[in-house]
Amino acid sequence: MNAVGFPLLSLITFLPLVGAGIIMSVRGEDAVIARNARWIALWTSLIVLLLSLILWVRFDPGTAAFQFEERLAWLPEFGVGYHMGVDGISVLFVLLSTALTPLCILASWEAIGTRVREYMIAFLILETMMVGMFCALDFIIFYVFFEAVLIPMFLIIGVWGGPRRVYAAFKFFLYTLLGSVLMLLAILYLWYNAGTTDIPELFEQVVPRAAQTWIFFAFLASFAVKVPMWPVHTWLPDAHVEAPTAGSVILAGVLLKMGAYGFLRFSLPLLPEASAEFAPLIFVLSVVAVVYTSLVALAQEDMKKLIAYSSVAHMGIVTIGIFTFNQQGLSGALYTMLAHGVVSGALFLCVGVLYDRVHSREILRYGGVAQIMPSYAMVFMLFTMASIGLPGLANFVGEFLVIVGAWAVNPWVAFGAALGMVLGAAYMLYLYRRVSFGRITREDLRALLDLSPREYAIFAPLILLTLWMGVYPQSFLSFFEVSVAALVQRHEAALGAARLAGM
Amino acid sequence: MIWTLALPELVLAVSGLVILAAGVIPKRDTFFPVSMACVGALLLTAVLVLGQGEGTALSGHYVSDAFSGFMKFLAIAAAAVGILLALDYNEKEGLARFEFPILMLFATLGMMVMISANDLLSLYLGLELLSLPLYVIAAFNRDSGRSAEAGLKYFVLGALASGLLLYGTSLVYGFAGTTNFDRLGEAFSVLESVSPGVVVGIVFIIAGLAFKVSAVPFHMWTPDVYEGAPTPVTAFFASAPKVAAIALLARVLLGPFGDLVAQWSQVITLVSLGSMIFGAFAAIGQRNLKRLMAYSSIGHVGYALMGLAVGTDIGLRGLLVYMAIYVFMNLGTFAVLVSMRRQGRAVEGIGDLAGLGRTDPVTAMWMAVFMFSMAGIPPLAGFFGKLYVFLAAVQAGFWTLAVVGVLTSVVSAYYYLRIVKVMYFDAPAGSLDRAPSSLTLVMAGTGLFTVFFALWPAPMLAAAQAAAAALLG
Repeated sequence: MNAVGFPLLSLITFLPLVGAGIIMSVRGEDAVIARNARWIALWTSLIVLLLSLILWVRFDPGTAAFQFEERLAWLPEFGVGYHMGVDGISVLFVLLSTALTPLCILASWEAIGTRVREYMIAFLILETMMVGMFCALDFIIFYVFFEAVLIPMFLIIGVWGGPRRVYAAFKFFLYTLLGSVLMLLAILYLWYNAGTTDIPELFEQVVPRAAQTWIFFAFLASFAVKVPMWPVHTWLPDAHVEAPTAGSVILAGVLLKMGAYGFLRFSLPLLPEASAEFAPLIFVLSVVAVVYTSLVALAQEDMKKLIAYSSVAHMGIVTIGIFTFNQQGLSGALYTMLAHGVVSGALFLCVGVLYDRVHSREILRYGGVAQIMPSYAMVFMLFTMASIGLPGLANFVGEFLVIVGAWAVNPWVAFGAALGMVLGAAYMLYLYRRVSFGRITREDLRALLDLSPREYAIFAPLILLTLWMGVYPQSFLSFFEVSVAALVQRHEAALGAARLAGM
Repeated sequence: MIWTLALPELVLAVSGLVILAAGVIPKRDTFFPVSMACVGALLLTAVLVLGQGEGTALSGHYVSDAFSGFMKFLAIAAAAVGILLALDYNEKEGLARFEFPILMLFATLGMMVMISANDLLSLYLGLELLSLPLYVIAAFNRDSGRSAEAGLKYFVLGALASGLLLYGTSLVYGFAGTTNFDRLGEAFSVLESVSPGVVVGIVFIIAGLAFKVSAVPFHMWTPDVYEGAPTPVTAFFASAPKVAAIALLARVLLGPFGDLVAQWSQVITLVSLGSMIFGAFAAIGQRNLKRLMAYSSIGHVGYALMGLAVGTDIGLRGLLVYMAIYVFMNLGTFAVLVSMRRQGRAVEGIGDLAGLGRTDPVTAMWMAVFMFSMAGIPPLAGFFGKLYVFLAAVQAGFWTLAVVGVLTSVVSAYYYLRIVKVMYFDAPAGSLDRAPSSLTLVMAGTGLFTVFFALWPAPMLAAAQAAAAALLG
C-alpha cells in the first residue's frame, strides 16, 4: 500500500510539530533560547525537506492514482478517516512547502530579533498545516489543515509585522475565515449526501446538478479569497506589506496556492457541470484581475505592495488555466503556481534584503543599488526577468501553456492573459529600473553591504530552481502530466454523461 | 419503587449535610477542608453516576438513562472545577467562607435532580434547588455593590422565569391531566387531539428554561450578573447550570413533547438565531472580559440550541458534544480570568491582558488556545462542537440556521481575536501576578483537552450518541 514502508507523509507533516515541541522546552537566557530556537527550527525543516525528497525520488509519475497512502480510523461510523496521500497534482506542492520553509527560517535569522522562540514555533506549525493540507485526502482533515493555517499566519503578521500589522492581520483572518465557513457548509452537504468525506470516494459520487451550483459558489467563496481573485484580493496587499519577509514568502509561495489547489482538487472533479457553466465567470474575473491589478501595480510606491499586486495578476493567469479544462491549460496553471511560488518568494526575499539594511520598502528611497550591491542587483534582475516570463526562466513555461490552453477555449481570454504578461514586463522593469539603476541620490545607500554568505545560501537554491524550471521543464511537468490527463478525461466524461442524461 | 436508583443524588445530599455540619462546628476557618470535602463528594457522586443503572424510580418522578448519565457527569465535572477555581480567589478576596462550596454542592444536587427529572414537578423542584444557592453565591461578595446587585437582579428575574415555567406547567397539566413525562408523551402522541393551550404551555416552559440558559430574548440578566458576581461564581454560572438547563430543555422538548416537534421547533429556531446574532454583535464593543464572556455564552447557547431546533438524534448528539466541549473551554477561559491579578487586586478589563504573551507566555498560550477554540478554528475542540451542530442543521435542511450560524461565527471570531491581539500584539501594560497552581492546573487540563480533542473524538461522540439514543428511544 505504501511505497516506502513507513508513514512518510505523516512524518513529513507532523515532524515540524516535534521540532516546535523541542523549541518550547528550551530553557535558559533569552539569547540562548533564541539561538537554540533558530538552529532547532532550521534542522527540523531541513530534515523534513530531506524526507520530502524521498517523495521526489519514489513518486511514480506514470499513474494518476494516489500514492504513499495512509489510512487510520478516526470516526469510522461517520465515514471520516485520517487519509493521506499525494498524486501528481499535490506532490510538488508538498515539496514547494518543505523547500521554502528552511529558506524562510534562514531569511528570518537576523531579521527577527524579538520573541524568536515563538516565531520559530509559529513557522513550524505553519509548515505542518501547509503540508498536511496538500496531503489530506479526507475533506474534514483537509478543512482542518486549511483553516488551521490561519492561526500561525495571524500571529506571524500580527506580532512581527509592520506598523499596520493589527489591521492587516485581522483583515487576513476574517476575510479568509468568512470564505472558508461557507465552504464548510458545502462540505457538510457533500458529507451528508455521500455518507463519507473520503475524497477519492467522493470522486465516485455524482453531485446533483441543482446542488452543484450552490456548492460551486460556496467553494468559490473560499478559494477565491485564498487565491485571491479580483475583487476579493484586497486583503493580500495589506497582509504582504505588513508581514515580515518570511511571512510574505510563505504567503505568496504556498498559501496563495491553496485556493488554486482547492479549485483543482475539488471544484473541477466534484462539480464538473457547474465548473463548466461558470467558467466564463471565472475567465472574466481572472482577466479583470490580470489587467486591473497589473495597472495598479504600475502605480505602487511600495515594493512589497507592487509584488503583491503582481501576485494577484499571476494567480489570475493560474485561474484562467484551471478553467480551460484542457491539458495545456491545467498543466500551465500548475506550472505557473510552482514557478510563482519560487519566483515571487524570491522577489519578496530580494525586498527583504534591502529592507533589512535600510528599513524602507519605498521605491523612491532607493536608486543606483546596482552600483553598490552588484551581486544583489544580479540576483534581483534574474528574478525580475523570471517574473516577467522571460523564456528560459521558470514562469515562461507555465504562462505560455496557459495561453495556449486558453486560446483553444477563447482567443480573447488568451489575449487577456498575454496582456497581463506585457503589463507584467512593464511594472517589473519599471520597478527594477527605479531601484537598481539611476544615480545614487541618497548618500546613506553608499554604505550598503552586498549579499552576505547567509543570503547567498538562501538565494542559491532558488536561482537553481528558477533556471532548472525554465530550461528543463519536463522534469517537473512529468510529475503531473498523467494526473492532469486523468483529470481532463474525467471532466469530459462527466460532462458527456450529463449531456447524455439531458438528452 | 427502587429508590436506590437515585443513589448518586442521595449520597450527594447526605454528604452535603454532613459537610455542612462538619464545617460549622470548628471555631477556625474551614474553607479549604470543606472545599476539598465537597470536591471529594462530587467525585464520589461522579463515580456513582458512572455505575448507575437505568430505569425510573420514586413513583416515576426520577429517570436514569444514558442521557442523564452523560449530562450529570458533565455538570459534576464542571461544578468540581468551579470549586477549584474559587479556592485561591476567595482567599484573596476575603470570601473564604465554608458555605461557598457547600452552596455549590447543593446547586449541583439541584442540577442532577433537573437532569433526571421525569415529571414537571420534579423538574421544578430541581430548578429551584439549583437557583436558590445560585442567587446566594451571586451576591456572595456582600460588601460589593455590584455583587449584591447581581444577586438581586438574578433573583428577581429568576423568580419571574420560575413563574413563567410554573404557569406553563399548569397549562400543560390542565390540558393533559398529568405532569409525568411518560404519560404526557402518550397524551400528545395523537397530534389532532392536542389543544393550542398545550402549545402555549410549552412556550411558557421554554421561556422559563431559556432564561436559565440565557438565550435571547431572555438573556438580559446575563451581562450584569456575570460582571457583578465574583469571577469564580461567574465561571460556575457559565458552565454547570447551563449544561443542566440545556439538558432539561432537551429532555422536556424531545421527551413528552417530542411529537409536537413541529410546534416548538420554530420557537427554538428563533431563539437560536437570536442568540447567535445577539451574542456575536453585542460582544464587539465590550471592554470588560466577564461581560464579553457573558455575550459569548449567549452566542454559544445559540449554537447549541441549533442542534435542538433540528429535533433529530444527530442534532441532539451535536448539542451534547457542543455542550461538553463548551464547558471545558469555558472553564479554561475562566481559569485565566480568575487568575488575573495585578499587585494582588483582581482586574477584569480586556486591556489588562495587554502583552501577556511576553509577561506570562504559558497563561497567554492557553488563553489564545481557548479563544481560537471558541471562535471555532480547527484543529481545536470548539471547531468540532460547531461541526456537529452544523452537520445536523445541514442534514435536516435548516439552511437559514446553518448559514447564519457560520456567518455569526465569523463575526464573533473578531472579538475572540481581539483578545489574542491584546495579549500578543500590544505592548505589556505591567505584568500580572503569577497564577496559583490550582488555576494553572485547570488551565493546563482544559487546554490540553481543547488541543488534543481532535485526536480521539470517537469516545465522546460514542457517549453522546448513546445519550441521544436513550432520549429519543
